Amino acid sequence: MLMSLSCIILGVGLFVVTQAATTGFEQFFIKTILGADGAILIQDKMQATQRSIAAGGYGSGFAIQSKEGVKYVEGIDEPEGLRHILETFGNISGISIVLKGQVDITSPLKTETGMRAYGIDVAEHLKVSNLAAQIVDGSLADFQSNLSGALLGREMADRMELSVGDSFQLTALGQTRRYRVSAIFETGVSDIDRYRLYLNMGEARSLLQKPTGASFIQLQLYNPDSAPLVAEHLQAVLGYSAQPWQDRQKSWLEAFRALSVASGITVSVFTLIAGLAMFNTLAMIVLEKTKDIAILRSMGYERGDVTRIFLWQAVVVLAIGAVIGATVGVAGTYAVSRIPLPINGIFKTAFFQVYWSPWHYVEAVSTAIVMVMVASLVPSRRAARLEPGDIIRGTAQ
Amino acid sequence: MSSTVTTEFPGNLALRCEGLQRYLGQGEGRVHVLKGVSFQAERGRVCAIVGPSGCGKSTLLYLLGLLDQPDGGRIWINDQLMSNSSDFDRTAARGAHIGFVFQFHFLMLEFTALENVMMPMRKLGRLSPVEMAARARSLLEAVGLGEKTHRLATQLSGGEQQRVAVARALANQPAIILADEPTGNLDVKNSGLVFDLLTRLAKENGQAVVLVTHNPEIANRCDLVRPMRDGLFV
Repeated sequence: MLMSLSCIILGVGLFVVTQAATTGFEQFFIKTILGADGAILIQDKMQATQRSIAAGGYGSGFAIQSKEGVKYVEGIDEPEGLRHILETFGNISGISIVLKGQVDITSPLKTETGMRAYGIDVAEHLKVSNLAAQIVDGSLADFQSNLSGALLGREMADRMELSVGDSFQLTALGQTRRYRVSAIFETGVSDIDRYRLYLNMGEARSLLQKPTGASFIQLQLYNPDSAPLVAEHLQAVLGYSAQPWQDRQKSWLEAFRALSVASGITVSVFTLIAGLAMFNTLAMIVLEKTKDIAILRSMGYERGDVTRIFLWQAVVVLAIGAVIGATVGVAGTYAVSRIPLPINGIFKTAFFQVYWSPWHYVEAVSTAIVMVMVASLVPSRRAARLEPGDIIRGTAQ
Repeated sequence: MSSTVTTEFPGNLALRCEGLQRYLGQGEGRVHVLKGVSFQAERGRVCAIVGPSGCGKSTLLYLLGLLDQPDGGRIWINDQLMSNSSDFDRTAARGAHIGFVFQFHFLMLEFTALENVMMPMRKLGRLSPVEMAARARSLLEAVGLGEKTHRLATQLSGGEQQRVAVARALANQPAIILADEPTGNLDVKNSGLVFDLLTRLAKENGQAVVLVTHNPEIANRCDLVRPMRDGLFV
C-alpha cells in the first residue's frame, strides 16, 4: 500500500509541477504580448474586389459582377467614428487609437534609423496595455504633462546611451524635432524594446505629418481568450481587418502547445504508473485478504459491502496521496520558480516561469481519482465475486 | 427473502436438508462428494458429524451454512427453503440465523477482540453501537476474555483467538451454530475449554449446534453423533 501511496503522491505532485512549469512560460508570454500590443489590432480597411463577366456578348452592356477577393487599404481614416462603434461592444475593456510611423533617432553620440514611433493618448493606452508596469525608469506623469516627452524602449535607450531627462532628436519626412526622455519602458520583447518609442499623439501627428486618421486601433478585452471570435465579429461589422493576439503570435503559441502536449504525455505516464501501482496493490490485498472476505461473507456481509471495503481502502489511500501530492506540487512548483533562467527576446525573465493555478491541482487530483478508482474497481469486484465456501475450503486444505 | 418457500417444519428444528448432492472439481477430476444426504438439527442440541477425511463432512457443513450451493436437494433454515435462493437472501440468512466457528479462528488481525465480535452485529444493524459494544463485552466475558477485550487479535493466544471466534459466532444470537473442527487447532486443555463454552452458551440460548470433528472425545460429549462415509450418513 505504501508503494501505491508513493505513486499517487508522485503522480499528483509531478502533474502539478509539470503543468505549472509548462504553462508558466506560455502564460508569461501571453501576458507579455497582451501587455504590449493588446488583444486585438484593427488596422487595415478591407475592400471587396470584383470583376465583371460580360454576359450578353462583348459590348452588350450586360455584365455579372463576381466577388474576387479582398484588398486591404492601410490605415484608418475615421478612427473616432470607429471608436464610437467599438464602445457599444460590451466585451471590449479598452480602446486606444495609435498613429505609427518610421523615424530616425539621434542622440548626442549616435544616430539610428528605422525606429518606430507610436503616437498615443497615454490614458487610453494604459487601458489596452501594461505600459504602466513596463516603466523601468522615469515616470508616465512626466510624459503626460510634457508634450515633448517620449517613452523609449530599454534596448533603444541603452544603444543610444540615453537616460531619463536626456534630449534627443527624431527625424521623419524631412523634419527634425527635439524630445526629452520622460521614461524608459521594457516589455521583454526584444523587437519592441529595441525599435519602439512612444510620443504624445499631438506630437506624433506633427512629426509624421498625419493630422487625421490612425495606423491602427488597439483593443483590450475583458476575456482575452475570446479574441478570435470578437475579431471575426468586428471584421464583419466594421469592414476593417481585426487581428487577434492568437493570430499575431501563432507560431510561438503552437510551439508552446507542442510543449504542453509533450509534458502532458509525460504526466500521463506518471499517472498511469500510479494507477497500475494501485491496481497491483489492491490485487495483492485481495489475494492476501481472501479469508477475511470469506469470513465477512459468512457473517452476512454482501458482495457490495466487500466491494465498498476495498474501494474505501483505495479512497483513503487516494485522499492521503492527493493531499500530500498537492503539497509536494506546491513545494515543487515553488522550487522550480526559483531556478535562475535568464531569458530575453520573446519575453524577459530572470527565473524559470511557473503558472500558479488551482485548476492544475483540480486536474491532477481528478486524474488520480479516475485512474485509481478504475484500477481499484477490478480487484474490488473480483473480491466481491469470491464464493465464501470455495475460499474456506481452499484455506482449509 | 423473495424466493423463500414455507413447508411443514417442526417447531424444534432449526435446520433441515433433504437429498443434498454436491460435486466438486472439474472434468476428470470431478468428484461426487455428497450423494443425497438428509439431515436435521434441533434447537438446544449438539450434533457431531464424524468421519474420515474426504467423506464430505465439511462440504455438508458449508452447504448447511449457505456458504456453498448444492447441485441437488433442498435446505431449510428455520422454516424457510434456502437451497435455491439468491445470493442476497442466502447472505441475509447467514447474518441473521447462522454463526460459524472454523478450525482456524479467522479473526481480523487488524482489529481488537471487541471489534471482531461486533462485526456481525454491525452488519445486522439490530443494535445501537453502545448496545453492540455492551453485548460484545458480555460475550467476551462469557468466554473468559473480559480482561482482553481491547487486545488486538494478534496479541491473543491460539486458544483465546478461538474463544473470540466462538463469541463472534454467538454475536447475533443465531438459531444455528456451525463449527468446522473448532478444536482441531488447539491443545487438549483449550479444546475442552472451547467445546464446553460453545455447547454451554448454545444450550443456554436454545441454539442448534452442528460440529464437524475428528476428535472422538469431543464427538462422544455431543447429544448426537452422525458418522459419514463416502458422501452419505452411515
